[in-house]
Amino acid sequence: MAAYLEMMRIRFLAMLAYRVNYYSGVVIYVVYIGSYYFIWQAVYAGRAALGGLTAAQMTTYLAVAWMSRAFWFNNLDREISNEIRDGTVAVQFIRPYNYLVAKLAGALGEGLFRLAFFAAPGLAAAALVFPVRFPSDARLWVVFAAATLLAFAVNSLFNVIAGLVAFFTLNNTGILHTKRVLVDLFSGLFLPLGFYPAWAQDAPRWLPFQAISYLPSLVFTGALRGPELWRALAVQAFWIAVLAVAAAWLWRRAGRRLVVQGG
Amino acid sequence: MAIIEARQLTKEFRKFKSRPGLAGAFRDLFTRRYETVRAVDAIDLTVEPGEVVGYIGPNGAGKSTTIKMLTGILVPTAGHLLVNGCVPHRERERFVRTIGVVFGQRSQLWWDIAVRESFRLLQRIYGVPDAEYRRRLDELAGVLELGDLLDVPVRKLSLGQRMRCELAAALLHGPSLLFLDEPTIGLDVVVKLRIRDFLREINARHGTTILLTTHDLADIEALCPRVVILDRGRILYDGALDAIRRDGQGLEEVVRAIYQGEAVGGGAGAGPGGRRVPELGGGRAAEGGSAVEPEGGRQYGAGGAG
Repeated sequence: MAAYLEMMRIRFLAMLAYRVNYYSGVVIYVVYIGSYYFIWQAVYAGRAALGGLTAAQMTTYLAVAWMSRAFWFNNLDREISNEIRDGTVAVQFIRPYNYLVAKLAGALGEGLFRLAFFAAPGLAAAALVFPVRFPSDARLWVVFAAATLLAFAVNSLFNVIAGLVAFFTLNNTGILHTKRVLVDLFSGLFLPLGFYPAWAQDAPRWLPFQAISYLPSLVFTGALRGPELWRALAVQAFWIAVLAVAAAWLWRRAGRRLVVQGG
Repeated sequence: MAIIEARQLTKEFRKFKSRPGLAGAFRDLFTRRYETVRAVDAIDLTVEPGEVVGYIGPNGAGKSTTIKMLTGILVPTAGHLLVNGCVPHRERERFVRTIGVVFGQRSQLWWDIAVRESFRLLQRIYGVPDAEYRRRLDELAGVLELGDLLDVPVRKLSLGQRMRCELAAALLHGPSLLFLDEPTIGLDVVVKLRIRDFLREINARHGTTILLTTHDLADIEALCPRVVILDRGRILYDGALDAIRRDGQGLEEVVRAIYQGEAVGGGAGAGPGGRRVPELGGGRAAEGGSAVEPEGGRQYGAGGAG
């Protein structure tokens, strides 16, 4: 356990070395949020609510969806597949830890870094410019924090699975691209799932992607109430369990099939 | 008890074989052809505690594949393997605590952080108590002269500096067995000498067993009383270094002659300490019984089982 915490800390420190890169990122995200804000202003055009969200909730949804993305987003898929492809994964095998847990710990360190140096200041900046409404209920903040952490787990496990496929294909650029498009489309990052036509809403509701962005962001807007909140967390927990089992199974199989490339 | 014990250790890889040309590439989309490559072919290897063994062979001989099996990275296709009393790939997390590994061509340190931070991370990973960690770090930093390097990020180190840090990193948890895969590759003479001195010293002081692959035969001459010569996955010679030296001939020529399948000269291979591969009595031993093998004249420690 101490080892994994240390991996988290080290990753945080390593990110700190590049913190200047992030200041420009904050500006870019605020611009993103701004352009979506104005588009949605035009779409609402005075209407009270669309897809279950009021215009004010929509603004909040956009801001919080993009900013929490800074926390849950990571490149574990690419890292894992690269390490497998260039053979550096061999070095990981001589360490007395579980490679996947170590990777997840590192990613969490990176996520926490971006949360502190990117998402938090970014959300504050966005709130200055646009009418973002923060939840007044402290309990909602707690639920949101939990949902965001679970979102990180869902997305990271998903990345691990995509990256591990490299063990079997040795080249999975296509898989990684497909995965990214699916996540962007079905996680509700660009468009809340409530806006999809009825026939298209069903599919995302049965997929794990909504647990990454849609559900935590809805929690933050206050659009979910009472038991709905718990249901959202339960859906996330369910997908974490499923994906964790899948990742562990792939990892066991991959270990047996490992071909260390080069050297 | 032997620290490394391998019998009939074998590793096969299935390799995708592409067809030539555009039409070939198209056919590859539907039916893939594979060929099985035997990288390590039923080798027998026993290493006793405290030995320093040079494991040499041309590129593609199967040296790295052997090391990767011995360190638990690769799962053997067949054979029996016991290292430090463990089956490496089966009890991986427990096993790797007892070994140190340095890959000359891969860094094990964390690129963006200071060497000292990398070491501390390793301390946590291996659960080394603070006092022990400080004692070892002091010793390693002293012998390898790491003093000024500890606060430099790894990416800013020269290759020689980095390799010294890699050696320290591999030994911080006090392993009884050290694997070195081409540790001196690309290093200048001064650094090489220093690393050789260091390895001799830890072997003498702590009795650390060392298995070393290298293309630099000067490493072997300086460090290894015993050599194992491998080609195309098979052991050609396993025995004392002195036994294969011929008068007036450099080690390099002798080794080249062995790669090319020439007989080891003048009964020298039968010298004392020459460990004969065939004595284990595996299937291959039978064919190697005489001084010169019938096919291709491959030879083990001359004299064979005879």
